Amino acid sequence: MKKIRWKQKHLLGLKDLTANEIVTILDTAKSFVEISERAIKKVPTLRGKTVCNFFFEPSTRTRASFEIAEKRLSADSLNFAGSSSSLVKGESIKDAARNIEALKVDMIVIRHSSSGVPHQLSHYVNAGIINAGDGINEHPTQALLDMFTLREKKGDLKGLKVSFIGDILHSRVARSNIWGLTKLGADITICGPRTLIPRDVDKLGVRVTNNLMEAIEGADALNLLRIQFERQSEIFFPSIREYRQTFQVNKDVLKKAKKDVIIMHPGPINRDVELANDVADGKHSVILDQVTNGIAVRMAVLYLLSGTKQQLSLEESE
Amino acid sequence: MDYIIKSAHVIDPKNNIDDVLDVLIEKKFITKIDKNINSSSAKEIDANGLYLFPGLVDLHAHFRDPGFEYKETIESGAKAAFHGGFVGCVSMANTQPVCDNPSVVETILKKAQHINFSIFPCGTVTKGGEGSELSEMADLRAAGCLAVSDDGNSVADILVQRRALEYASMLGLLIMIHAEDKQLSKNGLINEGLVSTRLGLRGIPNAAEDVMVARDIELVKLTGAPIHFQHVSTRRAVELIGEAKKAGLPVTAEATPHHCTLIDEDIVTYNTNFKINPPLRSIDDRDAIVRGLEMNIIDAIATDHAPHQDVEKDIEFDKALFGTTGLETALAVILTYFYHKNILSLQDIVKKMSLNPQSILGLSDFAEVKKDIEANLVLVDINKEWTVEKKSFVSKSKNSCFLGKKLKGKVAATICKGILHLF
Repeated sequence: MKKIRWKQKHLLGLKDLTANEIVTILDTAKSFVEISERAIKKVPTLRGKTVCNFFFEPSTRTRASFEIAEKRLSADSLNFAGSSSSLVKGESIKDAARNIEALKVDMIVIRHSSSGVPHQLSHYVNAGIINAGDGINEHPTQALLDMFTLREKKGDLKGLKVSFIGDILHSRVARSNIWGLTKLGADITICGPRTLIPRDVDKLGVRVTNNLMEAIEGADALNLLRIQFERQSEIFFPSIREYRQTFQVNKDVLKKAKKDVIIMHPGPINRDVELANDVADGKHSVILDQVTNGIAVRMAVLYLLSGTKQQLSLEESE
Repeated sequence: MDYIIKSAHVIDPKNNIDDVLDVLIEKKFITKIDKNINSSSAKEIDANGLYLFPGLVDLHAHFRDPGFEYKETIESGAKAAFHGGFVGCVSMANTQPVCDNPSVVETILKKAQHINFSIFPCGTVTKGGEGSELSEMADLRAAGCLAVSDDGNSVADILVQRRALEYASMLGLLIMIHAEDKQLSKNGLINEGLVSTRLGLRGIPNAAEDVMVARDIELVKLTGAPIHFQHVSTRRAVELIGEAKKAGLPVTAEATPHHCTLIDEDIVTYNTNFKINPPLRSIDDRDAIVRGLEMNIIDAIATDHAPHQDVEKDIEFDKALFGTTGLETALAVILTYFYHKNILSLQDIVKKMSLNPQSILGLSDFAEVKKDIEANLVLVDINKEWTVEKKSFVSKSKNSCFLGKKLKGKVAATICKGILHLF
């Protein structure tokens, strides 16, 4: 038996983690699930630690999930939102982060519309940085909770067939999942209109198709990505109507799917666009399990990054 | 003051010199080039072990003056130029006000003259650089412009471009072209490819440059007007320019030190000093540019010196401004990557960084190792090793994509308009 020593100070993305590190987070998360099922949902693990949730882009579920995770670990948390922070007054992101650090914060959870901001901040401040979504780059905790859910429902990720359907180009969720799942040996297909497939993405070891049925047949899990209406000024496809006809996952197309396929979505769902209403709420859907699992995964990340040695001892065979 | 440069290895292919010689500079002019010159009055500069080249000439630099003096002024830019061995630079027109009329040209020329530096101001092709109406080019020519360019704002309207070429050629004004289709490059930050996908940064496809190079070569066929392509970044652009030259069209081209050395894979962190337009491309493109230099498809090395302050650079990648400084690193980079790796000879480098830019601009007797012309020379220690650091720079801005790089070759002194700047 060997004690896993967590060495990363930040969680910037799954691109930078090893398979072993990803498994460590997922295993750690497992031990946190039970806390949220107790009558008193709180442990003292991060007592005395201060975590700042620094959100420069609208977010409901990710921020709520982090806040709950922090509270259940007894951390003191503080929220800065883009609209209420001094950023709108023209303060640079660097100054804003340094000011927050001057408040003696231990960890900063950051969401920003620009790719790379968490990485840049990690050079400016000493606090641990947790990426809660940066531009179109990564959303590592979402991918981790997706992987946690996949493990929970399907067991080992090795060889598991997972398809991502929708706007891959602008999806940080897809990118983080691609990094994480390929490292753990899953078999990934990405599917969407050709205009929304990133250049050279096949070189990352994923199968690319523009045919929805190819993405559905044989898949163990479908992860639907939100179609972002706000980007439609850039003309990526002719109409929502045509998108629905070509790429929507509904009861009809699911007839070709494996009986036990699971349907995932990072939310918020555009009902009846990428995902039919009845499928979103149907028996294949694990969308709400994803939300619940997000808490345990984020607790695990906060715990590991805090460097706290007490409370949990993580053991794994060599 | 008079100077005598002793025992320098002089290289000037235009004047067929490749020998260890003394050079006497009296009253700012070169008066004698010979072995063992003796002079009792001139100050002796021991150049034993150093090389003496014609002073470097940059076809592409942003001096930011007037208007953006917090980034660079003509004075600070000139100091950076001297530090890098340049005795003359073409200044780009995106100042504030824009250099689209004689009064801005005159202001720039006056400031440069005041500090004994040579700037060849580039005017705009269109009023305000906005791409719709032609600038008053005859006025610009009369004020002293040798070339016009809308640089970062490519002229999108092909009819305006046609008329501009016809009109400018009538005046003997060279049009310099930043080839970029702004629709194809829209929202792009770095080269489109695996790296942009990996980093989650929006891409700029090669086609954004290729289509404009192809378009403008067709316009050269149509109009017969000469054009110069700025900062070539793609393999296809090199090929198209090579084909145009083979067909005898009056086309010239430059590449920057960064495009012929760095690639998109060098952007591993979100370091905005690598955010440059055109972007650093693939290794295949970079190799094609190097081949283009070797084959003389690319005539010149130009810096695209683009100074910016931290408030514009040390910020979010998508909000940071495009550009890297270049004047103070160009020669060292070229020596390190090409001379010391046996890809280009010193003669080639002198041609690409001094003689060819002069001939593209139509300059004569400007920077040469030649009797009876004003001394515009550079003394170089080609083996001196140094590391690029923020404190290495005299420019007001430190946004260099070469920060941290170890280079081999350094300017020992620059003589500009007969005045010595010793480092």
